[in-house]
Amino acid sequence: MMAQVENILQVKGVTKRFGGLTAVNNVTFDLPRGQILGLIGPNGAGKTTLFNVINGVYAPTEGHVIFKGTDISGWQPYDVVKLGLARTHQIVRPLNDLTVLENVMAGACYGHENRPLKEAQVIADEVMEFLGLAERRDMLAGSLNVAQKKRLEMARALASRPYMMLLDEVLAGLNPTEIAEMVEVVLKIREQGVTILIIEHVMHALMNVSDRVIVLDYGQLIAEGSPEEIANNPKVIEAYLGDPDLAKRLMENADGD
Amino acid sequence: MNSWKYPAFWIALLLVIIGGLLPVITGSNIMRENMFLILLSVALASSLNILLGYAGYVSFGHIVFFGVGGYIGFYLLAVQNTPLWLAIIAGGIASAVLAWLLGAAILRLRGAYFALATIGVNEAVRTFINNFGPLGGPIGMEVNFSIYRQYGGAATMQWTTYWIVLGLTIAAIVLSYAVKFSRFGLGLMAIREDEDAAMVMGVRTPSAKTMAYVLSAIIPGMMGVIFFFRNSSIEPHEAFRLTRSIEMIVMVMLGGQGTVQGPLVGAALYEAIRSFLLTSPLFKDLQLAFAGLLLLLIILFVPSGVVGWLRSRYRKLWRVLE
Ligand SMILES: Nc1ncnc2c1ncn2[C@@H]1O[C@H](COP(=O)(O)OP(=O)(O)OP(=O)(O)O)[C@@H](O)[C@H]1O
Ligand SMILES: [Mg+2]
Repeated sequence: MMAQVENILQVKGVTKRFGGLTAVNNVTFDLPRGQILGLIGPNGAGKTTLFNVINGVYAPTEGHVIFKGTDISGWQPYDVVKLGLARTHQIVRPLNDLTVLENVMAGACYGHENRPLKEAQVIADEVMEFLGLAERRDMLAGSLNVAQKKRLEMARALASRPYMMLLDEVLAGLNPTEIAEMVEVVLKIREQGVTILIIEHVMHALMNVSDRVIVLDYGQLIAEGSPEEIANNPKVIEAYLGDPDLAKRLMENADGD
Repeated sequence: MNSWKYPAFWIALLLVIIGGLLPVITGSNIMRENMFLILLSVALASSLNILLGYAGYVSFGHIVFFGVGGYIGFYLLAVQNTPLWLAIIAGGIASAVLAWLLGAAILRLRGAYFALATIGVNEAVRTFINNFGPLGGPIGMEVNFSIYRQYGGAATMQWTTYWIVLGLTIAAIVLSYAVKFSRFGLGLMAIREDEDAAMVMGVRTPSAKTMAYVLSAIIPGMMGVIFFFRNSSIEPHEAFRLTRSIEMIVMVMLGGQGTVQGPLVGAALYEAIRSFLLTSPLFKDLQLAFAGLLLLLIILFVPSGVVGWLRSRYRKLWRVLE
């Protein structure tokens, strides 16, 4: 047998309907281990819903999700994360009345490696240091600002020691400095060998970090390719026409490269 | 984190032990009976707190475990002539099993739906026992005073059972502390803060919630056995009194839900207020209205209760107040 690139994640014909609304429509793609795959698409295209299906928040109406060779379609989220697939939330979900440390420890305790409290604390301290949350360690999570809460989402997911992470708009709402810092963090995580699927509206940042990009529109996968290919794809530009600003930025980026 | 070193736990323990020894120091039987009720409330409130305060699930019908444990124990004592210690354990097990079975069914419900379901369960169990001959139906069961002879007579029995209640109250405090600072407790608190996020983080929420429910049911079940044994009779109306359930919630909320000392403080305060109200003819009949009003005021103005409020006010006291 020839040496093949191992696909850590395979999404096969996934459809998710909410009553009459088809939020995700027959989506198929593969994600090779160690890559960063960008997922873009206009508002309401079904990106977050696709994440929810991949990590088990919703069972797919049709199709299959295969992670590290295991069919995880319809699994509960807590079983998915224990297999090494962690995620962050677009709308941050801090455990408000717990400290930052406790939030991150919970990620380590219950994530992929199922650590006891003591070890979880060591991991949490390490991860908080990495994400620049160490000074906020004993603050209540509810008192953090938006940028810090985004970092907390990342920290919790990272503390679970995943093989792969789903990042849902971790750059949204951040200022340019914060964006640059976060991009740095994402690249470092990948250097540690973690595969990443990332949803992002901040186009230039996404185009910079992604190895490949896929595009959803009205639940359907309309394009797949390198960032340059995607930026020059007429179908993609058309999909973004409803949002001229985005389309413009997309094309500017293509010119720049 | 070696949490057993925190003074908070030892303070709680010391308070219970000092309170528990007061009747011996004063040699007063009236004091003993008052302390008995306070310790009972502390143990019930601490147990409820594991579910209500840690996991964030409001059980309005928690008294069902007290009643079921009481009934099973009483039946064993009165009809089967089982030794008291065995009856107490059986009461605890019965409540645990009931919680485990119920957990699978109603812990899937969230918020108000769960709370309503727990009321439904309490009423259903009461109605069942009301119509169940072997347990005495609506009349209940009684023991002859002669049963106390095996325990050295009624007077000795009252002391013996008092010590057991003190022991169980200490157990409730230790349990509540151990859970709070465990990996399991962290999972429960994650559920309380955001159940969906907890699931995504890997908390097996169905089993964690069931476990919390079971742990919160055991000591109330055991307490039920002692209470009704001392009482020398049991009847459905007494065993499954919904008002007692509501009072348990008031105690937890008053002291501070989710803290270890809160239920202790809340139970003691509430019992103090209640004994004052009972002696005042004006308020005697308004007890429950008062409990409701108190609950409303707490939720509106000090939702974190006495201990929670002090904690947020004086951050330096975190290790002392827990
Ligand atoms: N639980 C749900 N029930 C019903 N409809 C839903 C649900 N979740 C999402 N939808 C719908 O599915 C569609 C896709 O939503 P989704 O959140 O996946 O979009 P998105 O691509 O993440 O958008 P955005 O860029 O704004 O985050 C939308 O029309 C949304 O209203
Ligand atoms: Mg989204």
